[in-house]
Amino acid sequence: MSTVIVNVVGVGLISLIVWYFWMSKPSGTSAGIRSGTQEAYIVVKGGYSPDTIRVKAGMPVKLMFNRQEADPCSETVVFDAFGISAELPEEETVAVEFTPTEAGNFEFSCQMGMLRGTVVVT
Amino acid sequence: MTDSAYIQSGRAAQETEGDERTLPKPANSVQLSIEGMTCASCVSTVERALSAVPGVQTASVNFAAEQAAVQLDPATPVSALIAAVDSAGYTAGNMTDGQDGQSDQESHERRYKELMRKFWFAAGVSLPVIYFSYPQIFPGVPAMGSAALDLIWGGMAVLTFAVMVWSGSHFFTGAWAAFKHRSANMNTLIAIGISAAWLYSTVALLFPGFFPEERLRDVFFDVTSVVTAFVVLGSALEIRARARTSEALKKLIGLQAKTARVLRDGDETEIPIDQVIVDDVVSVRPGEKIPVDGIVVGGASFVDESMVTGEPIPSEKTEGSSVIGATINTTGAFRFVATRVGRDTMLSQIIGMVRDAQGSKAPIQRTVDKVSGYFVPAVMIGAILTFMAWFTVGPAPAIVYAVITAVTVLVIACPCALGLATPTSLMVGIGKGAENGILIKSGDALETAHRIDTVVLDKTGTVTQGKPQLTDVVVLGEYDEVEVLHLAASAELDSEHPLGEAIVSGARARDIRPTNPSEFRAEPGHGIVATVGARRVVLGNLKFMADQSVHAGLAEAALEKLSDEGKTAMVVGIDGDLAGVVAVADTLKPDSLAAIERMHEMGLQVVMLTGDNQRTAAAIGRQVGIDRVMAEVLPGDKANQIRLLQAEGRVVAMVGDGINDAPALAQADVGMAMGTGTDVAIESGDVTLVKGSLTSVVTAIALSQATIRNVHQNLVGAFAYNALGIPVAAGLLYPFFGVLLSPLIAGAAMAFSSVTVVTNANRLRSWKPPAPLEVRA
Repeated sequence: MSTVIVNVVGVGLISLIVWYFWMSKPSGTSAGIRSGTQEAYIVVKGGYSPDTIRVKAGMPVKLMFNRQEADPCSETVVFDAFGISAELPEEETVAVEFTPTEAGNFEFSCQMGMLRGTVVVT
Repeated sequence: MTDSAYIQSGRAAQETEGDERTLPKPANSVQLSIEGMTCASCVSTVERALSAVPGVQTASVNFAAEQAAVQLDPATPVSALIAAVDSAGYTAGNMTDGQDGQSDQESHERRYKELMRKFWFAAGVSLPVIYFSYPQIFPGVPAMGSAALDLIWGGMAVLTFAVMVWSGSHFFTGAWAAFKHRSANMNTLIAIGISAAWLYSTVALLFPGFFPEERLRDVFFDVTSVVTAFVVLGSALEIRARARTSEALKKLIGLQAKTARVLRDGDETEIPIDQVIVDDVVSVRPGEKIPVDGIVVGGASFVDESMVTGEPIPSEKTEGSSVIGATINTTGAFRFVATRVGRDTMLSQIIGMVRDAQGSKAPIQRTVDKVSGYFVPAVMIGAILTFMAWFTVGPAPAIVYAVITAVTVLVIACPCALGLATPTSLMVGIGKGAENGILIKSGDALETAHRIDTVVLDKTGTVTQGKPQLTDVVVLGEYDEVEVLHLAASAELDSEHPLGEAIVSGARARDIRPTNPSEFRAEPGHGIVATVGARRVVLGNLKFMADQSVHAGLAEAALEKLSDEGKTAMVVGIDGDLAGVVAVADTLKPDSLAAIERMHEMGLQVVMLTGDNQRTAAAIGRQVGIDRVMAEVLPGDKANQIRLLQAEGRVVAMVGDGINDAPALAQADVGMAMGTGTDVAIESGDVTLVKGSLTSVVTAIALSQATIRNVHQNLVGAFAYNALGIPVAAGLLYPFFGVLLSPLIAGAAMAFSSVTVVTNANRLRSWKPPAPLEVRA
């Protein structure tokens, strides 16, 4: 009997993990526009909040990262598609600026690829 | 309130999009951190204060980020902005690279100390826990099930709980933060592992009725405390080791001079480096650091440029020479006019490029990233499956085995080793390049460079000096060598033709002082006629000699021989008689021969591309052992030639000056821009060679091979570790050999696997460029 319960619970947990980590994704935040630049403020703590930023192509984008943790994993943020990276000193705000020219999903991540976010350009 | 740093990265983005177009130089933009703003109205106060500073074009303040972005004329010092903000009642700070590196280091050190405190606590608790956990090793432990032992274990439960929530607190906060982002990392695995061990043990201790068999009442408090101790120690060591990977960049940042002595209003005043503006005259005394880039206007000295170019021999500086900021003056004194200051200096550009490159990703990492996105949840699933398997078909007591194997799986998996493998090697490799005057633009360039099998060299300025020099004086008449050269040089004294200049400087180098000709006439493409003293001197080709009634038939053999050697020869006639032949040629750079030989040794095919005629090109090619010469290639056609080589299936590196060869550099798989000192067009190639010699090409390729080899070692190690470790932890060996991995050993293995990866990357720091070959001249 207990074997059945354990296996049922196990399969349930596995389904939960698959769903929670791989299946569903939040819809993201649109960047605000201030004097011709699309701006968003991103908190770095165990991940990027928000981790999906919606912007429009052709207008400068300025993403301000504030790293609120000491974990060295999140020290660098890399925008591979734009060839940009920035060091994020603890408790400081660092702006990353670029102008996307075409629509698409562009990932940004920590250097090890464990923390991830996406810039959705429309 | 903390300082705010600001990095302007838009420039990099624009350049990537802009291809080869040169962007108009923008006004200087400065980012300031602003402290003390309490309300939105402060924004306009600060903006007004900044806009009022003369030279400021725009100032925009961001309240949320506590920063100001200011566009200003290059002549306006940043200190004026800071002063303006101060007088408005707020505090402003300028982000400079130096401070940035400093605060990084401090925060690493703080983090290290904190982790070490956590480690010592966990280690201190682990000792008694281990003692009581292994009665078979340590005799004298009270019997299982006795009241005394229950009491002891109660105490241990409390102590290990403290270890978990204090020493291991960051596992839980990190796991929770990631969980909120629907992601999981190493913290998640460790947090689940140590808390599962603790929870099971506590339940077994408090509610023995849950587990009817006495044997089931095993407790695993040792897992919680020992694994925590190991992983925390591992993280601390990793921070130390990772700090070393970026040492090369820190060294570069540390090279910047702090002050400069400039001449203003006739006085020499020492001012902070950020106040030096273009056209300032800067004075440099013996032994001093040159503050910014510029051109020498007075005095002379030798300057040690090794820190920027990697060239160990000090280079001579006289009037008109360019000097590089952050290099060190030796014994002379001189003054120079500043040409590039602040962000535009060569050093700042190098720092920017190295930093961008170290933050970039190698293509190989993109594959790893895909894996690591699935890795941690997959391990969690693996742990659940392990639990189910042991519970269902495992030996009794099933739950004990199930718990212990599931925990071991969670603890042994090391996503960090995978994630660290590529970036740490890249950091060290790119830093190592910068130390040797090789600037690698990105991880992409570095990875491609290791696959190069064909090196295409532009002839002029790459294999050769790029400046014609006098090579031969052949005497054919009654005048001796000194007389022929003296008269030829005097005749060419007013010539602006590079060949004429070569003859004049060649004469001067042989201590012959040309005299002013009284008459001078040039016939472009043919030759010159001049009167020197009482003599009529004619210089030119055979046809020109015939026109001038000089019988030069005897010169033909010499002309033939010299052209075969790739030289440009001219007949000299004096007073209507044949006097001799002078020849000039673009000479080889001193190390070209040795470097090309080394390329052959590395299995590379060496191709030379030039606009010169076949004969000259072949002559140079023979001298240095080029495998394939492509001569008479028009400048616009160079890129096409590269394309043809690529069509043969070759991975091609093009080495050129970065300005004329830009399209060819862009077409090549790896474009290497070569220049000397400040002349080099940084960022025009995938790799920039500051030293301006072919040896750097060898070094660059060898370095990329060493770095990528290191990356492969790391990746293979990290993959193999996880691929072997996880099944063993799950108990795969148990049915065959009856062996189970202890979770304590799993914790230690996991903690040290990432340290091992970083340590292996640091091995690259002792990498040395291949020694130059001894080549017979």
